[in-house]
Amino acid sequence: MGKVTINLTVNGEPRAAEAHPMERLLDVLRRQLQLTGTKEGCGEGECGACSVLLDGALVNSCLVPALQADGANIKTIEGVAAGEDLHRVQQAFVEHGGAQCGICTPGMVLAAVSLLERNARPTESEVRTALAGNLCRCTGYTKIFEAVLRACERS
Amino acid sequence: MGRPVPRKEGRAKVTGAARYVDDLAFDGLLYGATVRSPVARGRLRRIEFGAGVPWDEFTVVTAADVPGENAVALITPDQPYLAAEFVNHAEEAVVLLAHEDPHLLERARRAVHLDIEPSPAVFTIEDSLAKKEIIWGDDNVFKSYLVEKGDVDAAWSGADLIVEGEYRTGAQEHLYIETNGVVAVADAREGVTVWGSMQCPYYVHKALLKLFPLPEEKIRVVQAETGGGFGGKEEYPSVIAGHAALLAWKSGRPVKIIYDRAEDMAATTKRHPSLTRHRTAVTRDGKLLAMEIDFTVDGGAYSTLSSVVLSRGTIHAAGPYLCPNVRIRSRAVATNAPPHGAFRGFGAPQSIFALERHLDKVAREVGLSPAELRRRNFIREGETTATGQVVREPVDMDGLLARAFELSDYHAKRERFARENADGAKIKRGIGFASFMHGAGFTGSGEVFLQSVVGCEADAEGRVRVLAASTEIGQGTNTIFAQIAADALRLDYESVEVLRPDTASVPNSGPTVASRTCMIVGKLVESAAVGLRQTLVGSGLLSEGYTAGEWRAACAAYVERHGAFKSFSRYEPPPGIRWDEGAYRGDAYGAYAWAVYVAEVAVDLVSYEARVSDFVAVQEVGRVIHPVLAAGQIEGGVAQSIGWALYERVAWREGRMTNAQMTNYIIPTAMDAPPIRVHFEETPYPHGPAGAKGIGELPMDGGAPAILAAIENATGVVFEHVPLMPEDLMRGLGRES
Repeated sequence: MGKVTINLTVNGEPRAAEAHPMERLLDVLRRQLQLTGTKEGCGEGECGACSVLLDGALVNSCLVPALQADGANIKTIEGVAAGEDLHRVQQAFVEHGGAQCGICTPGMVLAAVSLLERNARPTESEVRTALAGNLCRCTGYTKIFEAVLRACERS
Repeated sequence: MGRPVPRKEGRAKVTGAARYVDDLAFDGLLYGATVRSPVARGRLRRIEFGAGVPWDEFTVVTAADVPGENAVALITPDQPYLAAEFVNHAEEAVVLLAHEDPHLLERARRAVHLDIEPSPAVFTIEDSLAKKEIIWGDDNVFKSYLVEKGDVDAAWSGADLIVEGEYRTGAQEHLYIETNGVVAVADAREGVTVWGSMQCPYYVHKALLKLFPLPEEKIRVVQAETGGGFGGKEEYPSVIAGHAALLAWKSGRPVKIIYDRAEDMAATTKRHPSLTRHRTAVTRDGKLLAMEIDFTVDGGAYSTLSSVVLSRGTIHAAGPYLCPNVRIRSRAVATNAPPHGAFRGFGAPQSIFALERHLDKVAREVGLSPAELRRRNFIREGETTATGQVVREPVDMDGLLARAFELSDYHAKRERFARENADGAKIKRGIGFASFMHGAGFTGSGEVFLQSVVGCEADAEGRVRVLAASTEIGQGTNTIFAQIAADALRLDYESVEVLRPDTASVPNSGPTVASRTCMIVGKLVESAAVGLRQTLVGSGLLSEGYTAGEWRAACAAYVERHGAFKSFSRYEPPPGIRWDEGAYRGDAYGAYAWAVYVAEVAVDLVSYEARVSDFVAVQEVGRVIHPVLAAGQIEGGVAQSIGWALYERVAWREGRMTNAQMTNYIIPTAMDAPPIRVHFEETPYPHGPAGAKGIGELPMDGGAPAILAAIENATGVVFEHVPLMPEDLMRGLGRES
C-alpha cells in the first residue's frame, strides 16, 4: 500500500504528513513532525508513554493508525505549556517530584491535563483511576498523585 | 541543603524538551537490529540469509567482523559481543544488521536463519550445582565466598533450638519505561562516539576500548537523557553500544539501535534468582547463637557482574543483627539463561528476604513475637557484623522499629485484624515488617580501586560547573550535586550547573551504582568545590565570609590571571577503614543505611489476590539533602519491591522469557500502589557530603519480606518465596483449609 497524505492539526498548527495508512500516529509525530516529546514505552498500548490528546480524548498514539488521525486535532506534550508558561500540572510535577527519569512524564502530564479538563476537583481515587493507563517505574506514583492534586489547587 | 529546590532538568522533562537517545537526529542514519539465538545452548553451524531481502543494501556484521577482542570487557571477558561458534543462552546475539528503512530491517531480521545444533542445557540452580552439565569453567561456579565469624560448629551443641529454612526469590525485569538504546558513529580516523541511555559512561568507554584498535581519546561516550536504569543500564549498555559501533564501523554511517520492549525484556539482564538455606541456633529466650547461611544466585550464561552481586548479597545475608558465630557460604552459578545482572539492591534484597522470613520462623518456634525476637538481637554501636566490622555509627534499630510501629499503628492493627479476620471475612487483613540495613558505596576495597575523580570549574562570571561521570537517571544527581556544590561555596543553587556526562569532558567518577552517587561522589563534589574556594582564599583574591558579588569578582580575577579555574578531588577512604579481600573480613562498607518497613495487606480469599493497602518506610540515611527527591527514591523502590513480591513473575521456558510483554509481565500501576509513608531519621554521617549517606538501593530490600510477613499475619500461612502469585496463594491457602 502506498503512502497517503494525512492532514492534521497539531498543537494548534495545521500539519501534513506522508504516511502509510497503517503507520502509527506515534511515528508520524516523532519521525515526520519531529515532535519527540511523545515517547514509546511498549508499543502495545500498555504503558501510556505515548499518550496524546486526539480531538480531546486521551489515546495511546502507538495504537492509532495514521489514517485515523487524518483531520484530527492532536495535542502533544509540546503543546501543553503556553509559551514559556508551564501548565499548572507541569509546574506541580516539577515542584512536587512528579517527574524522576521523565520518560513517562509527557504521557502522565497529558493524562492529568485530560482529567482536570473533565473534572476540576478530582479525589485521589479519581486521580488513580485516570492515571491507571500510564505506567511509571520510578516514583511509586505517590508524588505524581500529590502533584496532580496540588495542580487542582492552583487554577 | 535540605530544601526541595526544583529538579535541574525538571522543566525539560515536563515539556517534552528533554532529549533521550531515540530523540536524537543524525544525517544518513541507519537503524540497527540484532539476530538472536532461539536456542539456549548449541553449536552454530551456519547462518542463512533467506530469500526476498535485498541483502546488498544491508550492513551485516558477524563475529568475523569484530576488529578487536570479541569479549565484553567488564570483570571476566567470557561474554562475546557476537557468538562465533557456540551459543550459551537464548537471545544471544549472533548477527547484526543495519539499514535505513526500519520496516525492511525487521523483515530482514526475520529472514536470517541460524542453524544451531542444540546441546543439553542447564536452567536451574539445582541442576547447575549438581553439574548436570558443565556449562561454565570446571564446575559451573562463577564465584564463591566464605564469611566466618566465631565458631559456628561449636555453637550447635549449646543451642536450645535449631531452626532451619529454605527461601527462594525469582528473576525480576527492570522495566525502565525507556528501553535500552544507543547511537554510534565510527571510523578508523575519527574514532568511535556513542550516545546512549546508560548509567556508567566509563564502563562503556572501557568496553569499546577493547573492541576497537583505537587509543583512549578516540573513544567518546555521551550519556543521553536516560529514562530509568535501576541497574538495568549498568553493564548492558556496553553490549548494545558495542553492537551499534560495530555496525557504524563497517557501514561508515551513524547507526541507531533501540530495542523494542519485547527484545529488551527477553534479551537484557534481570535480577538474579536466588536460593538461600538457613540454619540458626538460638537460646530459649531468643538470643542468636549461630547462623549458618548458604546463599546461591543464578548468574545466567556469562559471569558479567555476578561476582559482585553475590558479594553484596553475601555481606547483607546476616542483616542488622548481632550473632557471635556466623558462617556464610555463597556462590554464583551458571545456567543457560541470558546473564542476570545489576538490579537495585544488587543481591541484598535476595539474602535479606531469606533472613527476614527466617527470623519470623525462628520467632514462631521460640515463642516470641517477630518484633521481640529482633529487639533481642539488633546490632548496636561498637558491636561487630558478620564480616567483623565494628559498627562505629550510632545505630538505633530499636528506635526505628518503635517509630515504624507508631507511624503504622502496628500493634493496634495487629489486634484489630486478628479480631476481624476471625469473623470469617472473605478479605483478610494483616500487617508485617522487616528490619534491615544497606551498605553504601562499593563493597570492601572497591572504592579504593575505583579512585574516583570529580571536578568543579568556575568561569569569570562566578558560575560553577560540576564535572562528574555520575549520571542523572531520575534519582536526582544533577540536583543534589548542584546543592552540594552550592552549599560548599555558599552560593545560590541556580549558580551551579552539572555538566552532562561525556567522557571527552568529565573525569571518571566511577559508575552510577551501589548507592554511591550521593555519599561517595557527592563528597568529592563537595571537596572539589571547597578546593575552588580555598584556591581563591589562598591566592588572596577572596576572604572567608564573602558575598556573591565578591565571589564573582574573585573568579573573574583568577580567570583573568590563569585562563581557567578548575579544582579536582580524588577519593580517599575515611580513616580507619580496612578490608581484607582474601579473608573477606573487615569494613565491608564505609556506612550503612538502617531501616524498618511495615506493610499492610488485604488478601482476597475469593480471587486469591494480595494487595498492599498501606506502607510505612522508616530509615536512617544520614542527613537528607533533598527531602522530595529522597522520599521519591524510597517510594519508587518500595513500589518495585511490591512488584517483586506480588506481581512480577518472569515465565521461563527452556531459558527463554515467554512473557516478554507489559501485557503479561505486570508491574504496579497507579491503582496498585499503596499510600507509602516515608520517614527519615537523620544522624549525620561525618564522611558524607553535609552528613549524607547512600539511599538508592535501600528501599528495594524491605518490601518483600514485610509483605510476606503481613500475608502470614492475615492468613496464618507461611510463604517462603517471591513472587507470590495468586495461584501460589490459592495452593497455599487451599492446603491449610
